[in-house]
Amino acid sequence: MKAMTLVACALVLIGGFLGGISRFFLSGVVGRGVGETFPWGTLAVNVSGALAIGALAGAARAVGGIFASDLVRDLIVVGLFGGYTTVSSFCLQTLNLALDGEGRLAAFNVVASSVLCVLFVALGFWAVVWVAGPATGPAG
Amino acid sequence: MMDRQAAMRLYLAVGCGAAIGSLTRFLSGYVIVSLLGLNALWSTAFVNVVGSWIIMAFATLTGPDGRMMVGAASRNFVMAGFCGGLTTFSAMSLDTFILLFEGDLPLAATYLISVVGLSLAAAWLGYLMASRLNRLPADR
Repeated sequence: MKAMTLVACALVLIGGFLGGISRFFLSGVVGRGVGETFPWGTLAVNVSGALAIGALAGAARAVGGIFASDLVRDLIVVGLFGGYTTVSSFCLQTLNLALDGEGRLAAFNVVASSVLCVLFVALGFWAVVWVAGPATGPAG
Repeated sequence: MMDRQAAMRLYLAVGCGAAIGSLTRFLSGYVIVSLLGLNALWSTAFVNVVGSWIIMAFATLTGPDGRMMVGAASRNFVMAGFCGGLTTFSAMSLDTFILLFEGDLPLAATYLISVVGLSLAAAWLGYLMASRLNRLPADR
């Protein structure tokens, strides 16, 4: 790994800020749209973030160049997508479901989030690799 | 309906918290990977477990039965902001996908199940510790 730089830290701060407000906005919209009993908002955020990070990993591998650069890694992968997706809200909402006696919904949230997110990373990755052509670099 | 200024304050609190949380994740990754020489899988696991503990402990301390009173902006700064930015579902899913891509199904499964399981356990521990604090007699 390269040395820590102030530019990298600034990129992560900017990406994290934008990712955080995007998550707050989308989970709010989805929550108000379909109700707050089950945390669909957080699930939508994490699954869409997984699709996006998979697509970018696919672009880094099949196209390289800017997609495989430190700039994109720090600003987009670590900052934007890292700040956008969340494990903490997922845990909070899962435990609250369990504490409210909704054990089955809590278990469903755990399995659905874990499986769908890995599946959507794969989907984003393979879609971009398929469109952009043969693989050249390492995954991720 | 929330007025415009209050909504702006909430978004600003979440954005700033997420920026600081994302930078903390980036810096702890640097310490764990570059300084301690551990695999990058450990850095994602670390932030997700710690962030899940913090969000549940803080939510319980500042909830309806909690002994701490904080405003909506401060609560969202810490929970949706800092903890949301600190933790990441996208990096965890991408890590898992890369392990699958490399053909290491046992490690991929072990990694995903352990990180999700430990994050939920950390959140539960945060809930228990904060509930205990909430039940202590008031100072005066």
